[in-house]
Amino acid sequence: MKHVDEYRDADLARSISAEIAKITGDRPVKLMEVCGGHTHTIYKHGIEDVLPRNIDLVHGPGCPVCVLPMGRVDDAIAIARTEGVIFTTFGDMMRVPGSKGSLLDAKAEGADVRFVYSPLDALKLARQHPERQVVFFAIGFETTAPSTAITLLRAQAEGIRNFSVFCNHVTIIPAIKAILDSPDLRLDGFIGPGHVSMVIGMRPYNFIARDHRKPVVIAGFEPLDIIQSVHMLVQQLSAGRAEVKNQYTRVVRAEGNVKALEAMARTMELRPFFEWRGLGFISHSALKLRREFAPWDAELRFAVPGIRVADPKACQCGEVLKGVIKPWDCKVFGTACTPETPIGTCMVSSEGACAAYFNYGRFSMAAERAKMPVIDLKA
Amino acid sequence: MDQPDTPRSTTNIDEVLGKIERVRQARRHKFYLRDERITLSHGSGGKATHNLIEGVFAPAFANPLLDRMDDAATFTVDEPGAALAFTTDTYVVSPLFFPGGDIGQLAVHGTVNDLAMAGARPLYLSAGFILEEGFPIADLRRIVDSMAAAASEAGVTIVTGDTKVVQRGKADGLFINTAGIGVQRATWALGQAHVVPGDKVLVNGTVGDHGIAIMLAREALEIEADVVSDTAPLYSLVADLLAAAGPHLHCLKDPTRGGVATALNEIALGSEVSIALDEHAIPVRPDVRGACEILGLDPLTIANEGKLLAVVAAERAEAALQAMRAHPLGQAAAIIGEVRAEPAAMVFLRTDIGGTRVLDMLVGDPLPRIC
Repeated sequence: MKHVDEYRDADLARSISAEIAKITGDRPVKLMEVCGGHTHTIYKHGIEDVLPRNIDLVHGPGCPVCVLPMGRVDDAIAIARTEGVIFTTFGDMMRVPGSKGSLLDAKAEGADVRFVYSPLDALKLARQHPERQVVFFAIGFETTAPSTAITLLRAQAEGIRNFSVFCNHVTIIPAIKAILDSPDLRLDGFIGPGHVSMVIGMRPYNFIARDHRKPVVIAGFEPLDIIQSVHMLVQQLSAGRAEVKNQYTRVVRAEGNVKALEAMARTMELRPFFEWRGLGFISHSALKLRREFAPWDAELRFAVPGIRVADPKACQCGEVLKGVIKPWDCKVFGTACTPETPIGTCMVSSEGACAAYFNYGRFSMAAERAKMPVIDLKA
Repeated sequence: MDQPDTPRSTTNIDEVLGKIERVRQARRHKFYLRDERITLSHGSGGKATHNLIEGVFAPAFANPLLDRMDDAATFTVDEPGAALAFTTDTYVVSPLFFPGGDIGQLAVHGTVNDLAMAGARPLYLSAGFILEEGFPIADLRRIVDSMAAAASEAGVTIVTGDTKVVQRGKADGLFINTAGIGVQRATWALGQAHVVPGDKVLVNGTVGDHGIAIMLAREALEIEADVVSDTAPLYSLVADLLAAAGPHLHCLKDPTRGGVATALNEIALGSEVSIALDEHAIPVRPDVRGACEILGLDPLTIANEGKLLAVVAAERAEAALQAMRAHPLGQAAAIIGEVRAEPAAMVFLRTDIGGTRVLDMLVGDPLPRIC
């Protein structure tokens, strides 16, 4: 794990943090990390403890599980309950509540729901069970869409007809636009999503710098990646610049991954509009299968209810996703809504701001109240 | 028709008597197991069951208490007045054979370790088998032999047992239940309610090995790493700890399902204390860490089968650490944290990067059926 250790050096983290403090002084700086993977890293490693107090990290909408509206979960459950179906999904989705229970509940009641690590595993199941209909619950941003696309191309090439995809892929840029247009929030800059950018490249973010005058730094997922990105952002802010920069150069290329984009373009097209949990309907923000792939489109093959379901009243996932409130400001955080019995999606996924905060971050709250001494076993 | 009697009729009686005697001998003779697979008749309680018991279980586990084949084993415990410890556990691990062990070994280690965590020396085990119709008897023999070897290594005797067969599809190969009795060696209060602020937390080696070994053994994950289960009987290590720390040893716990995170949360809840860990100090094998990074798991929530957490008063922590390191199962032992008063019932972790985070119990199940 040498490769990982060099991105987790505590001394280096402290010295970059001191630099950040020197640049910003006491001035409050509000930065949004768009990606749920970043939220997870921030809490898992306690990065907020390392950064100066005036740096406020706001958690964005980049958790694919969190932004999926309840109605789509209901649709997924309806497909999973269909006779003869093997319904495959990433583990995260199993516990996401629909209006009447989760996929895990449906499984307990007899639906054949299995979790897979890749859509190719689902295709493998389809080959192994030619007598069954295997459906893959496709979710995620441009990070996971290419693997769905490649799986569809392979299914087409091999003529596998008992496989289909329930497509819920979304695109990150419209969501960022929606947040920039939201009057609720004042942000100074963005920590850009690393894995998404690996696919889409850097150009799609240009409007943020050009039209909204906010700096963007595309960041990796190790603690030092994030701390360095904050440093790069505050440098731009103090110089009055707004540019799109790449901290994650070991993975992200300016032009993105052309092959992945091609595979997506061959199999999927933009939906006119799609509902995002908490953000409402956003136009051209999600993908559906192209007409040529209709035989593999679960939405066409199965009768899905397609009913829009309002979020539970108590749940404030929307405000959390837009960064308007912190997870612990939500009325049900940690009481009615916990990772075991989630009400909102943000409490389900390990990338959800609420789950990350509940699992890892409550210490900061306790620390502020009790002024905890730091842990040092040598002391 | 004046023919003399045929020789047949004259020798007949002797022959018949001889045949009867041979049958009688054969019936008294050892039961003979010819089958290659478990059938429902092996669970009938009749002859086939006896064949299975005599052919597989009895020779492997042979000991005077079991050999009596009574409905219950009866015995006395050498130390009159000593407290007894009694525990049970059921094993459903999949796959049955995994790198570093198998379900049989696990069924012995898991139960003797539960006794050891109570400060008790394991004495006797029971073993109950639920077999699925069609299960290969060669595999059963391998598992039973491995149980016998594990029991002898752990110094326990399997003195009673049971076998049931269920229809194909109603069990995944086989399930094993073991119960164990041990004699208490710690004469002081030992357990998760007896931890006090100032105590140190020790672990006897690298964490997460068992869970990751099982996970990698399942075909769905095509990750190549050389991780083997840590399954091992822990009483001899516990005996050394009891000797080294005496009543300063406040709690022993084996971090099996749910891992170190769950076990320490149970202690923090049980004693209404706070436990502070240093991530740097916790031994994790590099390949286990690597697999956890790839799978998005935390080694602290992954199961172990040959690890124990010991909570020891600060003044004997170093002695306990040295005792652990001197034992073959504790060479990588480390002090990983300490007990504080506040905030009560919480475990937190100083992270590698120098931040602090809550370490909660495992929620959900990253991988079912690991033991």
